[in-house]
Amino acid sequence: MRYAETGYNLEIDLSSGNIEKVQTDPALTELHLGGLGTNARILWDRVPPETDPLAPENLLIFGTGLLAGTPAPGANRTIVTTYSPQTLLMAYSMMGGFFAPELKYAGYDKVIFSGRSPELVYIWINNDKVEIKDASHLQGKGVVETEELIKQELEDQDAQVASIGLAGENNVYYASVEHARSSASRAGIGAVMGSKNLKAVAVRGTKDLNIARPEKFIELCNEVLDYIQWRADNPVQHVPPILAGLGSPQEMAIHDEAWHTTAFSWGNARYRRKEFWTEEVEDEWFRVQDGAVQRLISCYNCPMKCGAIIAYPTLELSKYMMKCYSKLTYVMGAMADNLEFGFRIAGLAQGYGVDSYTAPQVMAFAIELYENGILTDEDLPDFPADNEGRFFYLLEKIVRREGIGDVLANGVYWAARQIGGGAEAYDSNTIKKHEQIPIKLGMLNPVFFLMHSTGEKINITQIEGQLPQAPFPEKEDREEFVKNWFQAPSENIKDFFVKWEPRGEYAFPYFPDFQTACELVEWQETMHYIDDTTGICAGLSSFPIKPPYHIHNLPTLISAGTGLDIDKDELWNKIIKRNRCLLRAINTRRGLRRKDDRPPEDHWKKRFPEHEAKLLDEYYKFKGWNSEGIPTRETLRSLDLDHVGEDLEKRGIYDDGQKDEDS
Amino acid sequence: MMGKKTKTVKVINIDLEKCNGCRACEMICSAFHASEKYSSNNPTRSRIRMIRRPLEDIYLPIYAGEYTAAECMGRDKYVIDGKEYDECDFCRASCPSREAFKEPDSGLPLKCDMCEDDPPQEEPLCVKWCLSDALTYEIREEEVEDEEEEEQKDLTQEEMERSIKALADRYGLDKAANSMARLLKKE
Repeated sequence: MRYAETGYNLEIDLSSGNIEKVQTDPALTELHLGGLGTNARILWDRVPPETDPLAPENLLIFGTGLLAGTPAPGANRTIVTTYSPQTLLMAYSMMGGFFAPELKYAGYDKVIFSGRSPELVYIWINNDKVEIKDASHLQGKGVVETEELIKQELEDQDAQVASIGLAGENNVYYASVEHARSSASRAGIGAVMGSKNLKAVAVRGTKDLNIARPEKFIELCNEVLDYIQWRADNPVQHVPPILAGLGSPQEMAIHDEAWHTTAFSWGNARYRRKEFWTEEVEDEWFRVQDGAVQRLISCYNCPMKCGAIIAYPTLELSKYMMKCYSKLTYVMGAMADNLEFGFRIAGLAQGYGVDSYTAPQVMAFAIELYENGILTDEDLPDFPADNEGRFFYLLEKIVRREGIGDVLANGVYWAARQIGGGAEAYDSNTIKKHEQIPIKLGMLNPVFFLMHSTGEKINITQIEGQLPQAPFPEKEDREEFVKNWFQAPSENIKDFFVKWEPRGEYAFPYFPDFQTACELVEWQETMHYIDDTTGICAGLSSFPIKPPYHIHNLPTLISAGTGLDIDKDELWNKIIKRNRCLLRAINTRRGLRRKDDRPPEDHWKKRFPEHEAKLLDEYYKFKGWNSEGIPTRETLRSLDLDHVGEDLEKRGIYDDGQKDEDS
Repeated sequence: MMGKKTKTVKVINIDLEKCNGCRACEMICSAFHASEKYSSNNPTRSRIRMIRRPLEDIYLPIYAGEYTAAECMGRDKYVIDGKEYDECDFCRASCPSREAFKEPDSGLPLKCDMCEDDPPQEEPLCVKWCLSDALTYEIREEEVEDEEEEEQKDLTQEEMERSIKALADRYGLDKAANSMARLLKKE
């Protein structure tokens, strides 16, 4: 018997309509666990690196986390993996909600789509019965409506649906896959789904999911619940309220947005409005949010309430579900001041299925080009005078790939190059061709420099976590903080935190030492990689400060769930390192090199090119990668990935690196 | 003359406003009732089910009650605070009209036992796992006629009879009896 996982994948070839239930190799679970790990392995093994992301040869993998659907609180995530049309690298956006548990109960760990359907279809997975169904009547429908129509048609309110909107159908490079209150948004996974003519996947399952060592497993789950309750009564001190608790930042429950609105940049990641959050704004925003949020809601088996049902009289889309920070991204991108605009456009955009992170930045970029004469009235006929109107205008153009929308639909990086005429200079906030968090700061942060540079989940929020973002000014407060910081991986990390000062000898950029900086980065990244294999939400694990899941209890939990015997060393230094290096190798094979490991030029005002180069050198060494950021053959061999190293060598990829080094 | 006696009444309070729709109650119920506790889970086996229609803001946990062989003759609709509920939404019965509260493989009816299984829990686990406090637990004492006490049947016997009756309703008494006979033979 298989534990925590089902031991079966569903393979669906959309070109031929062939459907197979395939037993998986338990040895791969031992090597990579599940979720991201095994998704990456499938992509490496089966999709050649020269594959065009929007070609039928690309795979689209809906992989459940290894622990998704088990009693582990917050283990509910689906990791969607493919090659991104935007970054051209591996994309592995993920979503919470209810999809992954339902897929497990239906008897599958993953659904793997290949090929391209001749007509628009959706898939109905009802335990062992799997059908490809006509979706022509759903063409152009928004995701909320699509979900409802499919449930009605299947006469099953308990079915879970993941779908794309118009943006995905039109292959917008930042189209999302939407499901209930969640979405797999980043890097254009919805475009790949659209390219396969796949409108939606519906699933219903009524089978058992097994646990290897039930007594131990449930004991750990109870500890996690107890700690969640304790943390609810004991918020972390000396950080903004939005970061003091667990879960995704509690944007739906908390209305105090002083931190986001004053610390993040507005417009095309340009301006900080340090004076924005006044009492008047606070009152008004409270009123709007209070009126819009009908109920706080959760993902499967999770007590956190990071999402909400949104209903507001002026909404374009009368009702939808929202999570986290999308209420602000459009407001800040449009320099709009008013939160109501945020709720209005976010709902509309979600219906179309676009990433609420990238879309506003693309629109702000377009407005900048217009204001600087690079885009003209010819490109933007009848362009409204106000920014809010312009955002609505641009959204409609983009999701339909109409006129200039066809270019903007490719994201800032590609659009800037297609538009030309100096537009490249306005591409101010991308890394690896993808829009980044709109933050512009003063002093270089060496830890964040490394995470921004090398993170392959492409966005910082998915790499950082657990470490307060700034030092506490008072030493006593720092000492107090580390007293019950049992989540820290080592004494060295605690020592770092106690020493860390806003100014002076123990301040950025030359503090901490290289070794500690590398350890801090690897720890934060490792925790995310664990979550991405288990499907436990980062909001209870790798993201917040002092989370219930951490490096000291996760190995035991995974072992009790699966029956494997994995300790901290095996998990961190073998399995996760293996997954990390495999991902790097996949992207290396698709052309990723050191030159791509670079944050935007103006991310910090004070830059230190020599120190940054040294940081990168030291980090690559620390990871067992060469000076081009490519995992060495030796490193890959030590991780049972010799065939990967061999492939890189055969392709002459190591020689490339060498040449660059010599020149 | 009949005497008065105090009876312990166990109450789960359900506050619909507080429900966040996470379905932890379904999950833990099915895990607790797995044979070898927690060895598997499957919300379809749960004795509490969420009626969940997010966009209508309907979040309604319902507990499995008695088995019934036949569905109601008619249906009613309730409108509460502008939200439309089907009468069946509130019904606890394991009933031919719907899939809820039946074992998915055998079709046998399920019934909430307040987690008084062995070992008895301090509170039903759905309540324990509901950190939103949509479900809370309360024990109160009530005075009842002594006679009622005597009417309490052996619970195991009652459960078994209920299951056999359900089998008979589902497959016909003859088929159920034949199966039983075959099983006896194998023994």
